[in-house]
Formats: sequence, structure tokens, C-alpha cells
Amino acid sequence: MSQDLYQAPDYFLMDELLTEEHKLIRDAAREWVKREVSPIIEEACQKAEFPKQIIKGLGEIGGFGPYIPVEYGGAGLDQISYGLIMQELERGDSGIRSTSSVQSSLVMYPIWKYGSEEQKMKFLPKLATGEFIGCFGLTEPDHGSNPGGMVTNIKDMGDHYILNGAKMWISNSPFADVAVVWAKNEEGRIKGVLVERGMEGFSTPETHNKWSLRASATGELVFNNVKIPKDNILPNKDGLGAPLGCLDSARYGIAWGTIGTAMDCYDTALRYAKQRIQFGKPIASFQLQQKKLAEMITEITKAQLLTWRLGVLKNSGRATTAQISMCKRNNVDMALNIARQSRQILGAMGITGEYSIMRHMMNLESVITYEGTHDIHLLITGMDITGENAFK
Amino acid sequence: MNILVCISSVPDTTSKINFTDNNTKFDSNGIQFVINPYDEFGLTKAMMIKESTGGKVTIITVGNATVEPVMRKTLAIGADYAVRVNMSAIDSFSTATEIANYIQENNFDLIIAGRESSDYNGGVVPGMIAEILGLPFVNACIDMEIDGDDVKLIREIDGGKEMISVNLPIIIGSQKGLVEESELRIPNMRGIMQSRSKPLTVIEPISTMLHTNTISFDKPEEKGICKLVDADNVSELVNLLQNEAKVI
Ligand SMILES: Cc1cc2nc3c(=O)[nH]c(=O)nc-3n(C[C@H](O)[C@H](O)[C@H](O)COP(=O)(O)OP(=O)(O)OC[C@H]3O[C@@H](n4cnc5c(N)ncnc54)[C@H](O)[C@@H]3O)c2cc1C
Repeated sequence: MSQDLYQAPDYFLMDELLTEEHKLIRDAAREWVKREVSPIIEEACQKAEFPKQIIKGLGEIGGFGPYIPVEYGGAGLDQISYGLIMQELERGDSGIRSTSSVQSSLVMYPIWKYGSEEQKMKFLPKLATGEFIGCFGLTEPDHGSNPGGMVTNIKDMGDHYILNGAKMWISNSPFADVAVVWAKNEEGRIKGVLVERGMEGFSTPETHNKWSLRASATGELVFNNVKIPKDNILPNKDGLGAPLGCLDSARYGIAWGTIGTAMDCYDTALRYAKQRIQFGKPIASFQLQQKKLAEMITEITKAQLLTWRLGVLKNSGRATTAQISMCKRNNVDMALNIARQSRQILGAMGITGEYSIMRHMMNLESVITYEGTHDIHLLITGMDITGENAFK
Repeated sequence: MNILVCISSVPDTTSKINFTDNNTKFDSNGIQFVINPYDEFGLTKAMMIKESTGGKVTIITVGNATVEPVMRKTLAIGADYAVRVNMSAIDSFSTATEIANYIQENNFDLIIAGRESSDYNGGVVPGMIAEILGLPFVNACIDMEIDGDDVKLIREIDGGKEMISVNLPIIIGSQKGLVEESELRIPNMRGIMQSRSKPLTVIEPISTMLHTNTISFDKPEEKGICKLVDADNVSELVNLLQNEAKVI
């Protein structure tokens, strides 16, 4: 990839809504991405390899559970700080942000919120530094949008449980040290189970040949009579609400993250349009290109304001599942459209790895699918405003 | 070792610079401020010395409250104390006088300032401080080794290098080479959290008298559009230079 010339657009002086510390955290993440992610990400994607060498640095800049309290190894930051870190990471690549979101919101969050004190002390500090990598197993081959139908199950054997079943499309699974797995007990109640690498009967085959999120490892979790100590069950919450609570946190991170990709695509397209000469003029001087660019910055600005407001609500514990869902849906769609429009502005150059746009565009196809598809989020808003369930 | 690093808060180098009030004042609207790049090399060197030989790193900035975010960043990078002299740094001599006064009241073994600041490019503050305090001053340092009180410095000179030996206390002007760009530090989360409780002290200036007065600023003329002339078409080139650019 050519040199990273990124300059973040801030059309409505949104920075004035942030604290000095927010900006310090954001700028540190931004600098880190420029230095550590941009130079290596294209090759990692082309080779479909997760760049493991960045894990330590990712932990240092707050990529793993920044809002987890300090006593558990987190940084005790607010939700806007978390959002800003996600924005900067996804500006680099959605795959890097995915690794970070999964670790923060889908692994550390449930252990922190639903785990015992021993579980918190055992896992959280190591997850915060990246010494441990975690993954989150909810989706199954036959249960994607409808996770409540899951068949993965645990049986009580007296002094332990036996876990059987399989999870699919699991980010970080191929090298995770611990998996937060959702499984039904004999009464059909969903429980959170901490499955550790090395447990007998537990394997994590990698999913190959993806055209999207190529710098993030995806795989399966296969459980064949895995013996689970009773201490590895998350004691403090069960039912579908438990995994859905994690999804709220992760979707919130995605809402911020995708603004990052949109800003990167817009910034690249704007710079290119000013420099690329056709018919004796920069293409930025043609109305058709200006329409694209003007609409992009408008949509980015709207998303920035919506998401900042969501952050304020989340900080005060008032953000609802439906609000987070609306924001995730809006922002991913906005980013995907901007990626497609920017790619056209770059003409043939837009399809190459010289620029980040095509990579972002392909990544966003996963982002618009995971953590609730674009359709499912519409149904969440629909149900929230009408009171009618259109899922089934 | 007790180290003082002088830090200026300057517009990010990619900023679009404008002036207001009849070209007499810098327009800071929408400008992102960063640590002066020359100072950042010095700060990084100070952190390295502290890590290898122990000691304390203090940073000092002459400026109004708007410079504090940049100062907070230096604390997040690892400086121990920050001091702000509450006065706009518009005049080099008064800035140098304030810093010299602080140095006189607090003992430092090593004082590092950027070779120049990337905003006004005066390049005289560290030299003036040295003069006021009667300290040795070596500018444009690209290497420094300290052994007890002995300091070996390498200074960039036009087309070459100068090797210098000097004793502490000294003041040096830092630039790229003293540390490499890849060694510059990005504040990590631990540093940012620690910086919350590190002291940032504000002191009042001893004198607010300015020795110079800016009348106005002029921006360089915008670069014209570049015209490419075919290598074979010398007469066209001569024609353009004569009649359009009017330079020959
Ligand atoms: C790269 C990647 C990483 C992932 N990482 C993880 C992970 O770490 N952990 C994890 O648990 N999962 C993960 N997932 C899985 C992801 O969450 C699911 O793919 C997603 O929930 C959709 O499920 P599905 O693929 O089975 O699609 P389906 O549920 O089969 O949906 C197919 C289509 O039908 C539509 N549809 C479904 N139900 C309805 C309905 N009621 N009304 C209208 N339309 C409907 C959907 O919108 C979609 O368009 C990941 C997926 C990808 C691609």
C-alpha cells in the first residue's frame, strides 16, 4: 500500500464535543494505526493472515477492554473512548477492529458482567494485555439470525458438565486461548461456558477462502464430549439476554468503527479526485464527482453526530438495544455505500491494493452481516416502534 | 539526572495556515496542535536517558491554557512533571527569559530544546537561554552520549558532522537523528491513565514585557499550475518563460 496520508474529516467540528482525554486516546490510536497497521495490512489481507505481531501493541493502546475496570487490567475508560478506539482501528482495517471488538465486548464483557470473581481474576488481566486471545461462540451452522434455536448443549454430570455441538463463523477461533460459548442446559436455558484451549474434545478448524475480513481469522468451534469444570460456567446471568447483552456492546463498537472506514474511504477519494486529471481538469471539478463527495461527507457527519449522542446515552446507562441497533445498521450501510462510491471515484486504481478502499468494501460485507444482519436490525427498529414482532 | 525539555505546541504540519485581523494574528480555528517535531526528538531522548540511568524529566511550555493538551501528551508519553508559564509565547527573548528563570530556580543537569519550532522557526530560544544562564549550548545535535559529567555530542553542520565534548550542565538543540522517527513514542493506555495524576503546574511570568512586535504576516504566494513542455519543443518553453512567466 502506498503511504498512509490519512487526514480525518471533521466537518462539524465534532472534536469540540470530546474531552481532551478523548482526543489524546483517539490520536494515540490514530498514530498507532498509521505506524503499525497501515504498512502491513495490505499484505496480511492478500495472504489471508492475521498479523499476530500487532497483538501486544493493540493491548497497549487500549484495544482490549478499555472500559473494563482497572482492578481487572482494563483502563476504566468511558464508552466514548472505547468508541473512538474502535473508529481508529477500523479506519485501519475492519479485521483488526473485529479482533479488538470480540476480545473487548464479546469475551471480556461477559466475563466481567456475568463471571465469578475467580473467573474475572483468572482471565481479564491476561485478555487486557493480549497474552490471552478470546473468541465468542453463538452462531451455529443452522442457527444464525435465530441464535435462540441453538442445539449446542451441556449436560450436568454431577461434578462437571459435558459439552457437545458446533459453532461456526467464529472470529479469532483458530488461535483463541479461551472461548465464551453459549449452550443450552437440559432445561433449554442458555448458559455461558468458558472453554479453554487444550480441553479434550475441543477443536477450532479455520475457515478458508474468505473474500472479506481476510486479516481476521475465522473458524469453527467443535465440541465432542468436552468435559467442562463447573467453575467454567458464567454464574451471574443466563438466557438469550446474556449473549444479546454482549452484542449490544459489540454493535456499539461497530457503529463507531464503521465511521472510521467511511472517513478513510472519503479521505482517499477526496485526495485522489483533486489530483487525478481527466479532460484537462481535476476530476474533483466535475459535478458528478462532487455529488458523490458532498453526499459522503454529509452522511459521515450525520453518523458522527448520531454515534456521539449514542455514546453520551451509553455513558449514562441509557442507550437501548434498539438505539444501538439503529446506529449499527445506519453506520455500516453508510460506510458500505461510501466505500462503493469512493471506489468508483478512483476508477481502475480503486480495485488495487495500492489503496484501502476495496479492502474496506469487502470487509464491510461481513460487518453488514455479523452482529445482526442489516435486515434483522430493521426488524428490531420495526418491533420497537410498532410493538409487533416480524421475526417469525 | 534532572532533565528539562522545552516543549512548544505547534500546528500540525498538514494544517492550512491562515491569519486574521489584517494578517496580524494566527487563525487557530480548526487547527490541530501537536508537540513541535524537533522537541519530540528531544523528549524521546530524555525518556531514553531516564530509562537507562534514572532521573526525572520535567517539561516546560510558555503559553496560555490552549497548550495544555500537548503538555498532557508529554506526560502520557512519560514525562514526570509539566510546568506552564502563563503567557503567550510571541517573543523569543521574553520566552527565553521565563524559561531561564525557571531553570535558575530549579537545578537541571541537562536542558533540551528543539533546534527550532516548526511554527515561527525562530530558532533562537535555546541559544538565548544559554546566554542568560552562561551555559554551554550545542545546537542541531544528532547524537549524544553521557558518561558521568562528560557529554559527547555530534552536531550536524553543513555537509558534515562535528564531534564535541562538553561537561554538564548544558543545553542542547534537538533534531531528527538524536533519536530516529521510528523511536518516537505513542502514548499508551497506561501512560494516559498515569498522566491524569501527574502534576501540571501553572506559574506566572516574571515579566510580560515584549521586546519585539509583529506588524503583520505574509503567506508565500500560491504555487502556480505546473505546465509540462515537451522536451523537443524548446521554442514553446522560451515563449512561455518570456511572455507568460516573464522571467527572461
Ligand atoms: C467474518 C464473520 C465473522 C463472524 N464472527 C462471529 C463470531 O465471532 N461469533 C459468532 O457467534 N458469530 C459470528 N459470525 C456469524 C454472524 O453473526 C452470522 O453470520 C449472522 O448472525 C447471520 O447469520 P447467518 O449467516 O446464518 O445468516 P441467516 O440467519 O441464514 O440469514 C440469511 C439471510 O436471511 C435474512 N433473514 C434471516 N432471518 C430473517 C427474518 N426473520 N426476516 C427477514 N430476513 C431474515 C438475513 O437478514 C440474511 O439476509 C461471523 C460472521 C462472519 C461473516
